[in-house]
Amino acid sequence: MTMVIAPATGTSIWRITIVSAIILVILAILPQLVEPYQTVLLTYGLIMAIAALGFNLLLGYTGLLSFGHSAYFGAGAYTVAFIMRDFGAHSMELCIVGGMLGTLIIAAVFGFVCVRHTRIFFGILTLALSQVLWSLAFKFFWVTGGTDGIRVASANLTLVGGLIDFKGARSFQRFIYAYYYYVLVLFAISTIILWVITHSPFGKALQAIRDNETRAQFVGISVRRYRWIAFMISGTFTGLAGILWVPLNGLTTPDILYWPFSGEIVFMTVLGGFRSFSGPIVGAMAFNYLKTYAIASTEYWQLLLGVVLVILVMALPAGIVGTAARLAAKLRRWK
Amino acid sequence: MTLLETVNLKKYFGDTHAVDDVNLTIAEAEFVSVVGPNGAGKTSLCNVVSAYLAPDSGKIIFKGSDVTHSSVTERVKAGIARSFQLVNLFDDLTAFDNVALAIFSRDGKIRNMTTLAHRDRGVTIEADTILDQFGLVNKRNEIARGLAQGERKLLDVALAYALRPKLLFLDEPTSGVSTRDKDKIMDTIASVVRGGGITAVIIEHDMDVVFKYSNRIVVMHQGAILAQGTPHAIRNNDNVAMILLGSSGPDAFSRKD
Repeated sequence: MTMVIAPATGTSIWRITIVSAIILVILAILPQLVEPYQTVLLTYGLIMAIAALGFNLLLGYTGLLSFGHSAYFGAGAYTVAFIMRDFGAHSMELCIVGGMLGTLIIAAVFGFVCVRHTRIFFGILTLALSQVLWSLAFKFFWVTGGTDGIRVASANLTLVGGLIDFKGARSFQRFIYAYYYYVLVLFAISTIILWVITHSPFGKALQAIRDNETRAQFVGISVRRYRWIAFMISGTFTGLAGILWVPLNGLTTPDILYWPFSGEIVFMTVLGGFRSFSGPIVGAMAFNYLKTYAIASTEYWQLLLGVVLVILVMALPAGIVGTAARLAAKLRRWK
Repeated sequence: MTLLETVNLKKYFGDTHAVDDVNLTIAEAEFVSVVGPNGAGKTSLCNVVSAYLAPDSGKIIFKGSDVTHSSVTERVKAGIARSFQLVNLFDDLTAFDNVALAIFSRDGKIRNMTTLAHRDRGVTIEADTILDQFGLVNKRNEIARGLAQGERKLLDVALAYALRPKLLFLDEPTSGVSTRDKDKIMDTIASVVRGGGITAVIIEHDMDVVFKYSNRIVVMHQGAILAQGTPHAIRNNDNVAMILLGSSGPDAFSRKD
């Protein structure tokens, strides 16, 4: 009897760990080398990477394309704004717990409705529900501040249970520096959690549902329930991104609940490659820089960004990571 | 011991009587073949019993309890599994992951999201054993989409078998496979199923296969059971030969024309 017991798994986990550790060290050193503005950009990139990773649990792993993930990003952001304004809280950890709970509740309710459908119907429903949230934020201005939004002052914030605060001189400089590392740690934790989930039996079940819903039922998987759970996890991580985004941006407005923002999340994920775990991270970083430099270079930045993105997607249909993986495989064959 | 019993089971599609008043009893450890011309209702019967389709009326009794209205997943948990005529696999997962998934599900480990699937030694060993039984262990790391048709057929059956069901429905496990591979596939399936003490109901067109492997043959025609009995009795049933072959006589099934 020939027995092969997962020879690849052990080594590949080591390889992934080493590569991730190297990337993490580089990311940790970077703020010492670049100007503060670049540190802020990088922080935004890491935050959007969390949003895209969460989103991709649904698209890449469960096969559901959500056009309404702005709802969860926004839900996280607004919950933090409410917690700080209405409860006078300062602790970022409290904001994270509260914000994630708030997002989870909304994702649970929206998801419960949406997972009854698949494909285009699912997409349209997620879009419609996110627009409900947007119009609420827009119309109930006495609660949400309407288009003015709600200000979230980073100076009022404390990190790590009050150990780090930003009172006094050079508040903003100290904040962006400390906050970068704070986000980096949460990014690392989120990435590890989502990586484990996607490689767990549960994660395999999601992929099975993606590949063949009927057969998934016939091996005993409750398809709808698993989709719902995936939806809640996905929404909650995108919510975490919204939570982390607010103090950095200093303000939350209905823009982040509006559908073009959902489109951006879809876009960065597809740009990076939704068929690989790391695709959304790379896509979010790349998109973040592209958008920033497009805005900086021309008044018609949407046009420039649009053209660049169309070219990129046409040239790299498997996304940046997917295309890189194919090239690497080709190179290996040449050797 | 009766494992499965259908009572006056009916499934109509408009004027088509796909399953028409079927009373079928399957005993434990039987290897039953269901045969019949195209459109006889064989697959519909399988679909109704496996909860893929809801019956219009009638009852399905499995291990003494009424499962007529239970869902697919409930029926899988009760011990009814099936394979598919048109291969139904998790195409972007490896052969190994396809089988492992069925084992995780059967063992109730599929909800687990805090451990790595590949780190479960017990499941890994069992999945590899099953792949080996089906002659697929060399393909364990290949994506299901890339396997040959015969291998995909076997993997489809392996997936159902990995659930360790009490009752296994196999819907044309050798259709779309070359004649040369047919015997190999059927030998594999028959030995694995018998070895696992599983009751099997197999839907099949190839009468050579049917006569060779079954304990009992059920002949369906226009949704109803036309005849049933041992391979010997069916072979000598003129009525059956007329329906299946369009000709009768003592050697109708062995004539090659």
